[in-house]
Amino acid sequence: MSARTSEESKKSQILAALEDQDTTVTMGDPLENDMVLNMGPQHPATHGVLRLLVRLDGETVKAVVPELGYLHRGYEKIAENSGYHEFIPHTDRLDYLSPLSNNVAYVLAVEKLLGTEVPERAQYIRVLCCEMARIASHLVATGSMAMDVGALTVLLWTFREREKLLDIYDVLCGARFTTSYARIGGLQQDWTPQCTEMLDHFLGEFPQDLEEVEQLLRANRIFIDRCEDVGYISREDAIGLGLTGPILRAAGVPRDLRRDSPYLVYNALDFEVITLSESDALARFYVRLAEMKESAKILRQALDRMPAGPIHAHEPKKVLPRKDRVYTRMEELIHDFMLINTGINPPVGEIYQGTESSKGELGFTIVSDGTGHPWRMKIRSPSMTNLSALPLMLKGGMISDIVAVIGSVDPVMGEADK
Amino acid sequence: MNQVITERLQARFPASVRGSEEFRNDLTVTVRTADLPAVAQFLKDDPTLAFDMLIDIVGVDRFREAERFEVNYTLYSLEHKKYLRLKVLVNEEDPTVPTLTGVWPGANWHERETFDMFGIKFAGHPDLRRLYMPEEFEYFPLRKDFPLMGIPDSLPLPRR
Repeated sequence: MSARTSEESKKSQILAALEDQDTTVTMGDPLENDMVLNMGPQHPATHGVLRLLVRLDGETVKAVVPELGYLHRGYEKIAENSGYHEFIPHTDRLDYLSPLSNNVAYVLAVEKLLGTEVPERAQYIRVLCCEMARIASHLVATGSMAMDVGALTVLLWTFREREKLLDIYDVLCGARFTTSYARIGGLQQDWTPQCTEMLDHFLGEFPQDLEEVEQLLRANRIFIDRCEDVGYISREDAIGLGLTGPILRAAGVPRDLRRDSPYLVYNALDFEVITLSESDALARFYVRLAEMKESAKILRQALDRMPAGPIHAHEPKKVLPRKDRVYTRMEELIHDFMLINTGINPPVGEIYQGTESSKGELGFTIVSDGTGHPWRMKIRSPSMTNLSALPLMLKGGMISDIVAVIGSVDPVMGEADK
Repeated sequence: MNQVITERLQARFPASVRGSEEFRNDLTVTVRTADLPAVAQFLKDDPTLAFDMLIDIVGVDRFREAERFEVNYTLYSLEHKKYLRLKVLVNEEDPTVPTLTGVWPGANWHERETFDMFGIKFAGHPDLRRLYMPEEFEYFPLRKDFPLMGIPDSLPLPRR
């Protein structure tokens, strides 16, 4: 046997091994000298279980096909089969980096369906929740993006900050991670002076700590070279694909639902909508950094203006009563029994409520048939839509750009896969 | 704004609009399935409406004899900061809706998801594969006749 044929047979063996059931995904015209690389679902830089099939010509990316569904748990099916209150803990597991804001987004949707409005104090506490969640999520996003391109220190420093926020969660609702804090028509429990003290302390230190993080990267040649002009997406494509959140704002579109369709008390608070026009990975990084500073501003204002008062809407047939009253009073016991057994029975109708979560627009469409559980509930997850831009962002780039771009998109697969 | 939208649509497509509904200030406009691409293009291009973003596509299984499935398109106008829900109805026998990938490229993945979950086909879609479930999966999990506990052996284990 000649050397040439043995080399060819070896090549075909490698091809056959590659083209098993895991790599037979259509990618347009197959070219013989291209290589198909399977990145994920177990790759650490894919932030969970995202799988990318990458067609490479040398080191240049020719096409990318994202494959989702490795964390699909069927939450929409679960929602159809559980009551409105029962679904709150599941919302923690959507975007597990900012559970508090998911809780709030969900209860806002149910409250819109019910036509309920919570008292002002509860609205301020919810704003605090959303903004703490945004900072906590952006800290992970910036830290892990820097880690993906080689700056490990940043991740450790941002996680140190995040820990302080998780400690506040702990005092606020008894859980650091799976908070389940918001309730339909109210909150699980009231904001305490201890939380105020901790948040006050955090806000005092945070600008300085964030500045230190920024200093690590601002003049870091490696970081800038790996992120600048990488993962570009045009303004038109970003709008056409329905991208939201920091990615859209980094492309120069000043869309922020906190400003554009205000919910809670955001229209009474003063903050900037951060936009940049470069639309590359570096711009997304800087949008997130600046948004954290704005969130800190909002937190300070909300903390100062938070009024005293009740945290539950006075609608006994919709809002779960306090536990101590359930055990001691007849009315509350009956209401608790009815709410748990038959549910809140909202009117027949369809609503959509979108909120600006840390990743983009997190929205819930609820189709109600008047019974205790939704007929259909659709989660509009920002991560899923943002991931659909990956083929455009990565095409024509280098293979080493992939991790930087995924980091800049900041997907959370729990949310993308539902 | 809601009134402007319905009036504009009714004036331009008197035969296509089947009805409109307002609930909690959310406007839903139901249109005939065949006219969907034309209506969508009009909603996007008309300067007084300018619905330039497709936020979400929501399939609904109403589980009834006629027109079992609904497909809802949640649209957003960046200029007017306004949402709109566009609704079409399809039958169980031939659940086919024209694709909107030509109007909003972002429809691609949302339509794949709706196909994956309900088996609603989108005619003209460039790449109508399942989004979440494996390609071999035969059922449509969000249909009301699919059991919550799943169907035994419907998800094959990986080959050894």
